[in-house]
Amino acid sequence: MKLSMWTYEGPPHVGAMRIAASMTGVHYVLHAPQGDTYADLLFTMIERRPSRPPVTYTTFQARDLSGSTADVFKTACRDAVARFQPQALLVGASCTAELLQDDPGGLARTLDVSVPVVPLDLPSYQKKENWGAGETFYRMVRTFAGPTTRPTDIAANSCNILGPTSLGFRCRDDVTEIVRLLSEEGLDVRVVAPLGASPADLARLTEAAFNIVLYPEIADAAARWLKKTHGMPFVSTIPIGIGATEDFIAEVRALAGLAPSDDEATQRSGRDRLTWYARSVDSNYLTNKRVFIFGDATHAIAAARIASQELGLRVCGLGTYMREFARELREAAAGYGVDALVSDDHLEVEAAIIAARPELVLGTQMERHIAKRLRVPCAVISAPVHVQDFPARYSPQMGFEGANVIFDSWVHPLMMGLEEHLLQMFRDDFEFNDGAAASHLHPHTADAVEDAAAVVAAATEDDTAVWTFDAEKELKKVPFFVRGKARRNTELFAATKGIRPITVETLYDAKAHFAR
Amino acid sequence: MNQPLPSACATTLSVTPSATIRQRGQHEVFCGLTSIIWLHRKVQDAFFLVVGSRTCAHLMQSAAGVMIFSEPRFATAIMEERDLAGMADMHDELDQVVARLLERRPDIRMLVLVGSCPSEVIKFDLTRAAGRLNAHYAPRRRVIAYSGSGIETTFTQGEDNFLAALVADQTTVPAARSAAKLVVAGCLADVVEDQFSRLFAALGLQDIVFLPGRKAIDGLTIGPDTRYVLAQPYLGATATALEARGAQRIDAISPLGGEGTTAWLGAIAHAFGVNPARLESVIAQPRKRAEQAMQHYRPWLDGKRIFLFPDSQLEPSLARYLHQELGAEIVEVGSPYLHREHIAGELALLPPGVAISEGQDVDVQIDRCRQAQPDLIVCGLGLANPFEAEGRITKWSIEFAFTPIQGFEQAGDLAELFARPLVRHRMLTGRSRHQEAAP
Ligand code: SF4
Ligand code: SF4
Repeated sequence: MKLSMWTYEGPPHVGAMRIAASMTGVHYVLHAPQGDTYADLLFTMIERRPSRPPVTYTTFQARDLSGSTADVFKTACRDAVARFQPQALLVGASCTAELLQDDPGGLARTLDVSVPVVPLDLPSYQKKENWGAGETFYRMVRTFAGPTTRPTDIAANSCNILGPTSLGFRCRDDVTEIVRLLSEEGLDVRVVAPLGASPADLARLTEAAFNIVLYPEIADAAARWLKKTHGMPFVSTIPIGIGATEDFIAEVRALAGLAPSDDEATQRSGRDRLTWYARSVDSNYLTNKRVFIFGDATHAIAAARIASQELGLRVCGLGTYMREFARELREAAAGYGVDALVSDDHLEVEAAIIAARPELVLGTQMERHIAKRLRVPCAVISAPVHVQDFPARYSPQMGFEGANVIFDSWVHPLMMGLEEHLLQMFRDDFEFNDGAAASHLHPHTADAVEDAAAVVAAATEDDTAVWTFDAEKELKKVPFFVRGKARRNTELFAATKGIRPITVETLYDAKAHFAR
Repeated sequence: MNQPLPSACATTLSVTPSATIRQRGQHEVFCGLTSIIWLHRKVQDAFFLVVGSRTCAHLMQSAAGVMIFSEPRFATAIMEERDLAGMADMHDELDQVVARLLERRPDIRMLVLVGSCPSEVIKFDLTRAAGRLNAHYAPRRRVIAYSGSGIETTFTQGEDNFLAALVADQTTVPAARSAAKLVVAGCLADVVEDQFSRLFAALGLQDIVFLPGRKAIDGLTIGPDTRYVLAQPYLGATATALEARGAQRIDAISPLGGEGTTAWLGAIAHAFGVNPARLESVIAQPRKRAEQAMQHYRPWLDGKRIFLFPDSQLEPSLARYLHQELGAEIVEVGSPYLHREHIAGELALLPPGVAISEGQDVDVQIDRCRQAQPDLIVCGLGLANPFEAEGRITKWSIEFAFTPIQGFEQAGDLAELFARPLVRHRMLTGRSRHQEAAP
C-alpha cells in the first residue's frame, strides 16, 4: 500500500480512454463500477470537449455482484455497438472490474458483434495512465495495420505523425505547428494518429515512408512495432526548442532523402523570436538563474536543453515521474551535472525542490503548487495540467512558434530586470518590496509574505546553524528569490570552517567564496 | 461498513404525482468518495484516508480540482500488486500507512477510513481495521470507517454513510453533556449553520447539535427525548442510525427557498411547541427578504421547462423549489435514489404528471431529454458541455453540493444559480431561447 495525496498519472484505463477519445469511429466499453464515469469530466471540463467521450461504462453496483456482472458487460457491449455503430470496439476493465475477473476480451469475442473488437489487458495495480495509452495505441495499430501489406512504391517524403492525444499537453497546437513545419520542408504528412484518426486511417499507416514520434510515451511501442513488422524507420527527436527543432528538421530531411537545409543564417532568420529575444540585452539578467525541471520525460528533457542552451539558465534539478523513461532522463541529467530524480512521490519532489533552492521551477500542475508554497516563480511545462493549460489561444510547445510561446511563459513569472535591481537597492519601499514582488505570482498582502528562505530553512531539519541578529538582518537584504541559496551557502561555509555563530562577516565571506 | 443501500424504508406514499421511471443502465454519477471534498473542509479535525486504487486517488484529485494543495485533509492508501497477490498483509500495510500519515499530521484527532470499490470487492474489512487502530491510538485519536465506494454509494450518499458511522460511533464516547434536544443532520455551509443557530435561539430552542459539527470529536449524546430533522434529503442511513439510538424524526421538507425554509422551521417549531405567533414574528422579516431576493430571478424561470438529471438526491427538493417558488415547469426529476418517506412532502407539492425517475440509463435519458426540449437542463459536468454544444442550456448540478443554498438568506442565491445560465445565454446571444425557437 502506498500513501498518496496526489498522483501524477491516472490509472491505465484513463490512458485507454484518451486513445478512444482521440480517435474517430472507436468506442470503448469499460467494465467499471458506478462512479468511474468521473473520467468523462477530464474531457468535457478540462479539455472542454463539446461531446461526450466515446465510452460506455457498465457502472455495476453492489447488487450486481451477486448476479452476473459478465452479463451486464455483454449487454453494455451490444447496446454500445447498436447505438454508436463504431468501426472498432475497445473493451477493457477498470481496477475494480479487474478484481472480478470477468475477462472482457473473452466475453466480447463471444458476442458476435459485427465490428472488430480490440481487447485491452491493462494491469491497474502495476501500470499507469501513459502506459495504458501507449499499450492501447499499440494494440490498435497492430490490429489495423497488422494485416496490411506495404505498397511497393512509396514516396520517400511521406510520413505519419504518431503520439498526439486528447488530454495531452498542448497536443492540439503542436500538431498544427509540426504539420505546417513539415510541409514547408517539403514533407507529405499522411496520417496523424491517434488524434483525429479512424481505424481506417491506422490501416493506411504503412503507406508512408516513415514515422515521426512526437510523444514517445504514447507512440514508442507502436512505432517500434511498425519498424519491426513493416520496416518503417522512425524519427524520435522531439522538436521542442530551437536546437531540437533544427535537429528534428535535419533528421526528417535526411530520412526523406532531401538535401540538408540552407546555411544556418537563412534557416534561422525569421523562423523564431526566441533566439533574438534571449540574445537581447534585456535577457542578460536570466544568466545562470537556477531552474528546477520536473515533468513527463519528454518535456522535462526538452526543457532542460532549452533552459541551459537557449536561455542561459542553470539547471539545478531535473526529474520525471515516468519510470519507463528513467534511463533517458538520467543521461540528460548527467549532462547538466545534476542528480536525476525519478519518482512519482510528490513529497519527494517537494523535498528535492527545497534542497535545490531554484529561482524558477518548470514543472507540472503539482510543482506549481509546491512553488507557490515556497514562493518561487513557476511555469507549467508538462501534464498533469488543469483547465488553464488548455488555452483558447494558439499555444504550441513544439517548433518555432512553440519556442516563442516557451520564451514568454517561462520568463513571465520571473521578476523583470529593473524591478529586480531596484528591489536590491532600496529594500524598504513600503509598496515595492519583497511582498509586492511576489504579488504577481499570487495575490496576498505584504504582511502575509513569509520569508522564502525561512520557509525553506524550516523545511530542512538539519538546520542547526546559529545566526547573529545582525547577520539575519543582513540576510534579509538579499533579494527573496536567492535568499534561500545565500542562507544555505553561508551555512555550508560556516560549517566547513567551523564558524559559530554566523555574523555579517561570515555572510560576505561566504558570498566571496562561492561567487554567485 | 458495507451498509446496504437504504431500500427497506416504508413506501406508503399518499400522493404519487406519476409512476416512477425505474432505470437500470449506465449511471453517469459520482461515487460517494466525492463527499470527502466538502466533508474534509467542514470537519476540521478529521482526516479522510481512502483505501482504494489509483483510480480513487485520481478521482479525488480530479474532483478537488484546484483546491487539492491547500493542505487537504484527505489522501489515498493505494493498493498495489503485492497487496492483492497476498504477498503483503493488508492490515500491516495499512497500519504503516496510518502511522506515517499521523506522524505527518499530528493535529488530526479523527481518522476516517473510507472504503472503495476495490477494497470492498476483495472484502478488506475496514471496520475491523478501524477497531484495531482505534484501540491503538485512543484516546488521543479516534478511528472510524465507512463506505464511499461507487458500488455502494452515489455522490452525497458518501456523506450519509459518514454521518451514520459518526452516530454509531458516538456510543463509545462517554456522555459529555446532557442529551441533545434537536439534531440537525446534514452538512451545511458554516454561514447557513450560523443563520439557523440564530433563528433557533430566537425561537427559544436550546441544546441543538449540528451533524456534522465543525469538530468530529465533539460528543453527540442522544436520549429518548432527542428529535432530529434532516437539513439534507439524502440521509437515509443517518436517519436509521439516529433512530437506532432513540431519536425521533421531525418530518419536514428541505429548507430551500422561502417556502421550504418556512415549512422546515415550522415543523421544528411545532415539534417543540413553539407558539405560532412567536414563529411568525421571528421569520417574518427574513422570509420577506427571501421573497424579495427571489423576485429578481423569477422572471427568468417563471414558466420555464426544466429537466433534472440524477446526481445528489437533492433533485426532488430542487424541483419543488423551482416549481413552487419560481413558477418553473418540471419536465422530469431524476434522482439516483428515492427515499420515498423522506421526500414524500416534496413530491406532494409537485403537480401531477411530473415524471419522476430513479436510477439511470444515461443514453436513454439523454434521448428523453432531447425529445422534451427543455429550457434548462440540470446535469453533471460530464453532460453539461456536450448539451451546451447542442445548443441547449444547462446548469451543472454539483454546485448545489458546494454552495450555500439552504435557508432564507440563500433563497435568492439559489434562484440565481438557476437563472445564471439563462441570463448568460441572453447576454451572449442577445436573445432568449424562446425567441430563438420562434420561427
Ligand atoms: S470508489 Fe469505486 S467508483 Fe469511486 S473512484 Fe474508487 S473505484 Fe471508482
Ligand atoms: S476548473 Fe477545475 S476545479 Fe474548477 S470546476 Fe473545472 S475542473 Fe473543477
